[in-house]
Amino acid sequence: MFDGPEPIYVQIATMIRAQVLAGELAEEEQVMSTTQFATTFRINPATAAKAFAGLVDEGVLYKRRGLGMFVAPGARTRLLDQHRTAYFDDVLGPALAQADLLGISTDELVAYVLGTGRREPGGPTTTTEEP
Amino acid sequence: MTPAPFGARLDDVVVRFGAQRRLTMDGAAVKDEAGTALDGVTLDLRPGVITGVLGRNGAGKSTLLTLLAAFNRPTEGTVRVGAGELLEDPWENPWVTANVQLVRESGDLMDDERVSETLKYYADLRPYWDADLAARLLDTFEVNPRKKPTALSRGKRSAVGATIGLAARAPLTILDEVYLGMDAPTRYAFYDEILADYAEHPRTILLSSHLVEEVERLFEDVVVLHRGKVLLAETAEEMQSRGFSLTGPVAAVEELARGRRELHRQRLGATVQVTIEGAPDDGTAAAARAAGVELGSLPLQDLFVRLTQPEPAGATEVRR
Repeated sequence: MFDGPEPIYVQIATMIRAQVLAGELAEEEQVMSTTQFATTFRINPATAAKAFAGLVDEGVLYKRRGLGMFVAPGARTRLLDQHRTAYFDDVLGPALAQADLLGISTDELVAYVLGTGRREPGGPTTTTEEP
Repeated sequence: MTPAPFGARLDDVVVRFGAQRRLTMDGAAVKDEAGTALDGVTLDLRPGVITGVLGRNGAGKSTLLTLLAAFNRPTEGTVRVGAGELLEDPWENPWVTANVQLVRESGDLMDDERVSETLKYYADLRPYWDADLAARLLDTFEVNPRKKPTALSRGKRSAVGATIGLAARAPLTILDEVYLGMDAPTRYAFYDEILADYAEHPRTILLSSHLVEEVERLFEDVVVLHRGKVLLAETAEEMQSRGFSLTGPVAAVEELARGRRELHRQRLGATVQVTIEGAPDDGTAAAARAAGVELGSLPLQDLFVRLTQPEPAGATEVRR
């Protein structure tokens, strides 16, 4: 857990954002306390606190005094918007550049996309069936 | 009530052992060469954080820690311990010594009395002692307080030390290789207890250990001692950013690692993990992904081993 090259607090923030995006953490739902986080993942509580503080600044979480951290209303929509933009720049762009490098034609890419049994946007998940 | 955590500051601290004058057979006075345990240590220890104190055997870790607890005095330089702006010399200072709990590897237990007697002794000594916590920890570590320490295994004796260290709730808690002899499940239970109690009752904790991989994530700050000097004192995050690791097919990893300073290499069949010093370049992440190489964090252990390598002489320089 948290073995990436970024600082651990960045990786924790990424994990929580992913959970909100996936709907595993619903809006207004309480997230683990820094203490629970620290003991669950065996990390310094300050590391967890730093991740939470960043997420509060981003508007993903908010603090209820004396109660703890909660997922902010509208957090998922905001994250979706951000990640959709980033998807083309960070994920699809490099993947297409790699396809060019390997000489994969646009037709082949389109055929692959159509052949994956991909649902229309709005569906809860996309499934990739292996042949 | 949670007391203010203690910080500490050392300035140009030198500790020499064994310095003594003696007379030779012909009556001339000679001074024996003394061993130097600490050699010009200047260090700030932040209050309220968990600091890892790392170093090889004989690096001066225990000497440094005993100075803070006033078990020892510096030969030269000054040691100051206290809360906020109020830092005092710990030597024969009741305010400091009452609020600093050093647990040494020996445990400092009363061998010919029951464990419960040792705990009573510490309960009298420590103003913030929590007897309920002590009882619960002994239960967790499966130590019978009616036994004498001599009847306990090495690991159980260490567990008593760990119990004293945590139950003291001292504003400065120093755990010097307290894990010795503990089996892995007990050690992990110990780490969990440290984190849980620290989160509830913030205080300054200094933790020395040779099991760097197990404890690195507990640290907010890290101090690395080497041959009596401070090699590095910074936040764990800064230390983490001193390098990264690449794991994947040998050829692809070689390509990415070319021209970089290698800290460690581990090979498993066709897969290799190389730890690199320095930050990854802008393109490294994308290049790694494209080549099927996993970009990972820097294991503190690798950096530590590299920094404290005995040879060659130039290898221990710390590069910013």
